[in-house]
Amino acid sequence: MTVAQTPNALNFDCETGNYHTFCPISCVAWLYQKIEDSFFLVIGTKTCGYFLQNAMGVMIFAEPRYAMAELEEGDVSAKLNDYEELKRLCLQIKRDRNPSVIVWIGTCTTEIIKMDLEGLAPKLEAEIGIPIVTARANGLDYAFTQGEDTVLAAMAHKCPKEAPKAEAEKNERNAISKLMNFGRKKEEVKQEESEYKDHPPLVLFGSLPDPVVTNLTLELKKQGIKVSGWLPSKRFTELPVIEEGYYTCGVNPFLSRTATTLMRRRKTKLIGAPFPIGPDGTRAWIEKICSVFGIEPKGLEEREVQIWENLEDYIKLIRGKSVFFMGDNLLEVSLARFLIRCGMTCPEIGIPYMDKRYQKAELDLLEKTCNEMGVALPNIVEKPDNYNQLQRIKELQPDLVITGMAHANPLEARGINTKWSVEFTFAQIHGFTNARDILELATRPMRRNNNLKELGWEKLVKEEAKV
Amino acid sequence: MKLAYWMYAGPAHIGTLRVASSFKNVHAIMHAPLGDDYFNVMRSMLERERNFTPVTASVVDRKVLARGSQEKVVDNITRKDREEHPDLIVLTPTCTSSILQEDLQNFVDRARMDTQGDVLLADVNHYRVNELQAGDRTLQQIVEFYLTKAKKKNELPQEKTSKPSVNIIGISTLGFHNQHDCTELKRLMAELGIEVNEVIPEGASVHNLKNLTRAWFNLVPYRELGVMTAQYLEAEFNMPYVDITPMGVVETARCIRKIQQVINAQGATADYEEYINNQTLYVSQAAWFSRSIDCQNLTGKKAVVFGDTTHAIAMTKILAREMGIRVVLAGTYCKYDEDYFREQVSEYCDEILISDDNGAIGDAIARIEPAAIFGTQMERHVGKRLSIPCGVIAAPIHIQDFPIGYKPFLGYEGTNQIADLVYNSFTLGMEDHLLEIFGGHDTKEVITKSISADSDLNWDKEAKAELNKIPGFVRGKVKRNTEKFARERGLSEITLEVMYAAKESVGA
Ligand code: SF4
Ligand code: SF4
Repeated sequence: MTVAQTPNALNFDCETGNYHTFCPISCVAWLYQKIEDSFFLVIGTKTCGYFLQNAMGVMIFAEPRYAMAELEEGDVSAKLNDYEELKRLCLQIKRDRNPSVIVWIGTCTTEIIKMDLEGLAPKLEAEIGIPIVTARANGLDYAFTQGEDTVLAAMAHKCPKEAPKAEAEKNERNAISKLMNFGRKKEEVKQEESEYKDHPPLVLFGSLPDPVVTNLTLELKKQGIKVSGWLPSKRFTELPVIEEGYYTCGVNPFLSRTATTLMRRRKTKLIGAPFPIGPDGTRAWIEKICSVFGIEPKGLEEREVQIWENLEDYIKLIRGKSVFFMGDNLLEVSLARFLIRCGMTCPEIGIPYMDKRYQKAELDLLEKTCNEMGVALPNIVEKPDNYNQLQRIKELQPDLVITGMAHANPLEARGINTKWSVEFTFAQIHGFTNARDILELATRPMRRNNNLKELGWEKLVKEEAKV
Repeated sequence: MKLAYWMYAGPAHIGTLRVASSFKNVHAIMHAPLGDDYFNVMRSMLERERNFTPVTASVVDRKVLARGSQEKVVDNITRKDREEHPDLIVLTPTCTSSILQEDLQNFVDRARMDTQGDVLLADVNHYRVNELQAGDRTLQQIVEFYLTKAKKKNELPQEKTSKPSVNIIGISTLGFHNQHDCTELKRLMAELGIEVNEVIPEGASVHNLKNLTRAWFNLVPYRELGVMTAQYLEAEFNMPYVDITPMGVVETARCIRKIQQVINAQGATADYEEYINNQTLYVSQAAWFSRSIDCQNLTGKKAVVFGDTTHAIAMTKILAREMGIRVVLAGTYCKYDEDYFREQVSEYCDEILISDDNGAIGDAIARIEPAAIFGTQMERHVGKRLSIPCGVIAAPIHIQDFPIGYKPFLGYEGTNQIADLVYNSFTLGMEDHLLEIFGGHDTKEVITKSISADSDLNWDKEAKAELNKIPGFVRGKVKRNTEKFARERGLSEITLEVMYAAKESVGA
């Protein structure tokens, strides 16, 4: 189904095909590390457990802070009492690990057997005295990174509703400012407050590694913008206060439910900006936040120019080349926009799910970038069919295919450069300085294959295997 | 509900897919939600498979749930049939989609009306059995399907091959060192003058399955995959099978003797005693290793063995019989095969543990404190935490189980590999442990290259004594690391505290 309106507008297709991506429960792998006092309990089957263990390479070896609640026949046939079973497991977790929060990750099975996790949680958390967050990160409704979206959307409900009265205390609450102010005297801190412009509180959402959190927080601070908190925080006990009327802004394209929850349920105002990926995106993100707060951004243009200059050694490897996204982690549009700005062309952006409203600013920037760079607009294919994509790849012979793990080695064996999409999920790609890391990843296959070129090992499968 | 941190065997559909995708030109359709589609990742990542894994997920999502899956599944089967003309399409649910209790056989019957190739539903209870049981069953199901078909069409070859011949049953994709084992077995058969008739399922064509009956006997090297098929072939076609795993010098000889007996009963006149003797004494290094002074030092050392049925049994026997090592505990996670396991190992070990709870094994290891462990990746990590070396002898597979170099576990070359593994686990394991304690794996720049004792730093008596306790091989590195640490902090005297502080800082 094609919904193209004007010839030079973005074209969206939806193939509803058989495509490969990771299960959304994989978010456990990074969220348990991010939220240090958490415990994640995935309530599902052996299939879910084996996925986490194998495909994600997440080996639950030492001191695990997540586990499976493996549903057995008695659970599925409803012979056992869900509440009692979950209570038994959660008490055991409390005894063994004593986390500040237990996050229940629902799965396809809890959906199919209609286990009422949301209904059970409030009663159980009261009984065992540990907050329980319920997220339905199942593979029936979501793909890969959207798992984080379901968790953050659920966690948004747990953010404190109002700031504690005293100003000093508020500083205490805020993990980052506390971290940055560590070891300083009260007066100095107060002094510092004046470095910020007067603006309504801003809470950012999206799970990023701590260095990136600090980095983006500091970038905004340079503009006089104070980040009141991040969802998620490093510790569950330090979740940011969210009051009605606060401003919120996301850092990742896959967080549309969290955005909606923050708007509808917590009555915050969402700043719809492109995502801070690549120097272009980062600048646009900061500018958008500044503009909402009526702040004149300082030095951003110079900053962006300087970053681009530093990237030149990488960019010259990819300028004029083409990149094809098979679709996996929902970062595709942002990455494509950045790579097009680097001088690449992009015939197709596969993506598991496209929320055109939440991604609007990013899509606009993509369009603008293509026009400015004078390249064709990519075709955006939602829920692509991998088999069809492989035919298109065979025809187009792109210089680089960004793809899930299943297709990388077979494509390489057919002489097509690939990069795993999951690497962009786990690498630090946000902000000005990390743009280098994106290109480090994107250009690696080319640099490697340049090294191998002389060997004539382009195709490592015999007959042209069916693609 | 069961609180689970780790699984030794995968869910049933993984077993079915391993068998289906081992065959040539067989495609599997997995009726499952999006996220269950990770078998292809395992295959492409762990085995570095060059070809696209012939598995397609027929995605179950919210819409399909509401509307029913029949149309979608049938479409996907017929589509794949058109696109790639597989000889066979195997439909499998996962344990998740099997909860929907749909009549998948009916889907298959529908799809069959429009396909060129054959279509089968994997006949497995996805909720009750695990990967290994499901794989065993699926292989038997496919073999039975094609033999029945050939029989009906009168296409079954009536003659046996003129020379003694064998089918090797149970080599599959994502199996623990399967590829190398297969090469080694073929080599062994060649040396015994036995033709390899068919190897299944890896690389086999379903069209050739009807030729299975031409072989004189079946060899089933692994207990986990192939036994059902061999039993079926015995019951239906009177084919004898040999299911002695040729792992270790003693068991390899026993397997060969059994083969001799089986083929001689059919008119051959093989005598393999000289071959066995020659291999054992001169070709395999393992027997010599057992006799050597290195191995003498291992005598009576305590070991814990844990793994799948095949490897845990074989390893227990090797350690106990061939190396004089005391197996304090032998265990397996194949709970369904408990009786067989007990019967096989009871005379070679003190204690038996049948459990798929990694915590139970971890606790047993901690209690026993063996000198070495032979287990899975999980036991390797337990060992790491307890500073006990561990040699990995069994699945769950890991990328390290697909070494690029030739590393079989079976046959005579396998005996060499195992001897290395045992020796390295006990001795180098010790060294690794020391390196870890003193941060020897650190590759940061070294401040002084010399390893001689004279330096500007003063080692006090205790520290020196501690240093001297460290074996020579790693002593230099430990000394350098410690001195570098002391220099950086302007310490002139090295005490035990400094040594341990150095160790910690390097570890950080
Ligand atoms: S798709 Fe569903 S059943 Fe499969 S791993 Fe994900 S949550 Fe579990
Ligand atoms: S120093 Fe020599 S003897 Fe000691 S553990 Fe190392 S290799 Fe073995």
